[in-house]
Amino acid sequence: MNMIVTPASPATPNGTTRPQVRIVIVGHVDHGKSTLVGRLLHETGSLPDGKLDMLKAVSARRGMPFEWSFLLDALQTERDQGITIDTTQIRFRTNSRDIVLIDAPGHAEFLRNMITGASQADGAVLIIDALEGVRDQTRRHGYLLHLLGVKQVAVVVNKMDRVDFAAERFKEISDEISAHLQGLGVKPTAVIPISARDGDGVAERTDRIGWYKGPTVVEALDRLEPARPLEALALRLPVQAIYKFDDRRIVAGRIESGSLIAGDEIVIMPAGKIARIKTVESWPVTPVAGRQGAGRSVGITLDRELFLERGDIIAHTNSAPRETRRLRARIFWLHDKPLAKGDQLLVRCGPKESRATVVAIEKAVDPGELSSVENKAIGRNHVGEIDISLSNPIATDPYTENPRTGRLVIEVSGRIAGGGLVLSVDAGQRALPVDIVPVESALRLDERSARYRHNGAVVWLTGLPASGKSTLAKALERRLFSNGGSPILLDGDTLRAGLNSDLGFSAADRSENIRRLAEVATHLARNGHIAIVAAVSPAREDRATARRIADTSFREIHVATPAGICEERDPKGHYKKARAGALASFTGIGNDYERPEAAELVIDTSTRTVAEAADEIEQMLKTTGVLFDEVVDLAANI
Amino acid sequence: MHLLKDNSTAVGLGSPAAAERARTQEFSADLAPSMDHLDQLEAQSIYIFREAFGRLKKIALLWSLGKDSNVMIWLARKAFFGRLPFPALHVDTGKKFPEMYRFRDHYGKEWDLDLRVEPCPPIDAVDPTLPPAARSAARKTEGLKMALAKYGFDGLIAGIRRDEEATRAKERVFSPRGLEGNWDVRDQPPEFWDHFNASPPQGAHLRIHPILHWTESDIWAYTKRENIPIIPLYLSQNGKRYRSLGDQDITNPVASNASTIDEILIELEQTKVPERSGRALDHETEDAFERLRVAGYL
Repeated sequence: MNMIVTPASPATPNGTTRPQVRIVIVGHVDHGKSTLVGRLLHETGSLPDGKLDMLKAVSARRGMPFEWSFLLDALQTERDQGITIDTTQIRFRTNSRDIVLIDAPGHAEFLRNMITGASQADGAVLIIDALEGVRDQTRRHGYLLHLLGVKQVAVVVNKMDRVDFAAERFKEISDEISAHLQGLGVKPTAVIPISARDGDGVAERTDRIGWYKGPTVVEALDRLEPARPLEALALRLPVQAIYKFDDRRIVAGRIESGSLIAGDEIVIMPAGKIARIKTVESWPVTPVAGRQGAGRSVGITLDRELFLERGDIIAHTNSAPRETRRLRARIFWLHDKPLAKGDQLLVRCGPKESRATVVAIEKAVDPGELSSVENKAIGRNHVGEIDISLSNPIATDPYTENPRTGRLVIEVSGRIAGGGLVLSVDAGQRALPVDIVPVESALRLDERSARYRHNGAVVWLTGLPASGKSTLAKALERRLFSNGGSPILLDGDTLRAGLNSDLGFSAADRSENIRRLAEVATHLARNGHIAIVAAVSPAREDRATARRIADTSFREIHVATPAGICEERDPKGHYKKARAGALASFTGIGNDYERPEAAELVIDTSTRTVAEAADEIEQMLKTTGVLFDEVVDLAANI
Repeated sequence: MHLLKDNSTAVGLGSPAAAERARTQEFSADLAPSMDHLDQLEAQSIYIFREAFGRLKKIALLWSLGKDSNVMIWLARKAFFGRLPFPALHVDTGKKFPEMYRFRDHYGKEWDLDLRVEPCPPIDAVDPTLPPAARSAARKTEGLKMALAKYGFDGLIAGIRRDEEATRAKERVFSPRGLEGNWDVRDQPPEFWDHFNASPPQGAHLRIHPILHWTESDIWAYTKRENIPIIPLYLSQNGKRYRSLGDQDITNPVASNASTIDEILIELEQTKVPERSGRALDHETEDAFERLRVAGYL
């Protein structure tokens, strides 16, 4: 917040460093979080000059008694509603720590904000009203702290002035909450009786709580340990991006755990490909020598050209993560619509994303309730354990082995809807990385390209059914072949009869269909052939996957014949059947075809002949470096 | 520290501090050097930059020429190995200090930026119910909207920090904006474990805040460590300096004798005056700043 300008940076000019710890204050609504924050700022001398007086004046002007929580109610909207609505960050100092305080709200409506705040915290203060005792939101927040991985939790029992500073009442609450937290595997670092309004127990053990011998709130905060990077664990470098800004091919990402150094032998999961780190690149000085540890954002180059993509995990060969298509997770759910068995989701595990299906739901409960009633679906702000199957294999670790890579988030309609911890992975076909050594072809690429007079490529024709993809593909195949090239037609429908005969038309199956087409086409392209793929491929995301797989050899052609004309043509009678309701999941009469935004070529077959269209494709393949320019050869012959 | 003075010559890219760190790292092959506070901030910002670049289609960095956005450009060049792989957008009110324009023209070239300077509409086009300074700042919001419409960016990288202003403390790292560029503070998606909501609805855009977690002191300490150029107005002359640079007519200097970055850091240790106290628009009414932000101001 702007009002606190006591700098918390340990990078002071004289070079001294103080540990910085980030804390979150959580608990039931109206149990006194904002009051405690206001009091803490005052007790640690962190308030800007005149701020307290100004706020007292504002209170007087509005005809209300001053309250410490006003300090935080900096937003007009907050004052209007009377509750703190979001995470704000406030800084102050204790004897040996710089504290960044994340004030999280208590209102159930804003659990997503509590989670946003607490996920960034090293420690937490759980506040409980001495009069009201442990409430549903107290329990819920306790549970979420555990799920979010916040292990240092101090409990404060506030408003002790309202129970006449009775030691018995304090013990009652202390026992109840300690039992609850310990049941979750969290041991409170302290349980402190306080009156945030009057100041008892905050920075001082006053006479009124003379029976209490433990630390004050400020002392408890002073003992918090900042989070340590996970350097002792196995190396996990999730690939964030691959950059080719110049002649270097840099694999960029943040080291989540472990460390690496140039020369290390690494394995790329889930594919299991092996390489060595050639250099660690940086800027302005590059390359950098020395070991790079957890927490660093790095860029590395490898000693060989391998296909890598965002979301792969780089690990050391002897300690690779598991590859899986099936995992079990304990999650919290924030979406309005409850999560149910069979739901289709997008799961993100670090930079890796995969479509997923909920196979089973167990232990769905409201963590706020004392006696948990199990449900079949996970409601908003509730938790549960789920089994999910993933449409793409991912590499991950159980949370107990790696707290960074063993967690995931779930997206619904492009918005984060939940998150949780990986409890176990079903290792599936490959429990441990297998050192796959691809057999290299006996022929060099330039030998092939010298014969074919073209480079390998994936020419991807996408468009509505009956837009003319197959006709164009066949014309192109014939033309390339006549010129001595090596084209190979991969027709979506044809491959469904064999390679893809196990797939239907659900979104997940369509994705898998496209992925397989792309893999086969890419294999052909890498061996110098021109793979011509004709497939409706309606989903933009699926085509993006294909492009990622084929990488620079990908050429997308949008066969953009108007929908009306496609339906008129209808050579296979599909439109007619679909209109009659006899063909479910048919792309064409709905709006489910997502047009390409950056195709290499767009062709409308209703305004040109097949030969003209083939000319255009040929021209595009020339200008984009696939076909070699014939003119050179002709000139040589003269 | 190096400053842009009149007729200054270009300064080499490799900062002595960075070279020194690279050297010291060579000594410890079996132990990774521990990360200090600035290293942690830097690594986090780089992660955010790479997410923004990878997950959005068309982004730009808002370059206000101030200390924060210069640090941002530096961090982006670290993230992308020396280059800024997207445009630097300067929404120009036409009322900046001459030193700022000189800085822009010089470093825009030296850093090889794809610089896009976009004008703001005249003051008459802006909501007349706002107080004068806020109205003036709202021009910038309008200029920003015009630039958005012109280029169709789906993400704008902005150098705001949580510690500088109360309403900014409520921001997410990836912050969705409505179709009108507006910010719905009540309905912000959850954001945790460095997973960002990167799917703006069709026609809307995201603001990305790579230095949201930095403080004013962090900015200066990093500027010094990395030898990032600054505009000399930040340093004391005749007992005054600017802590924050905006339009000439709505930005005032603060009393200060800090004439080096070290002295600024010491001053920040001691002061309890807010950073934006020289910005008139923050103090006109209790909610002027929030109203601006809800409407799409940075």
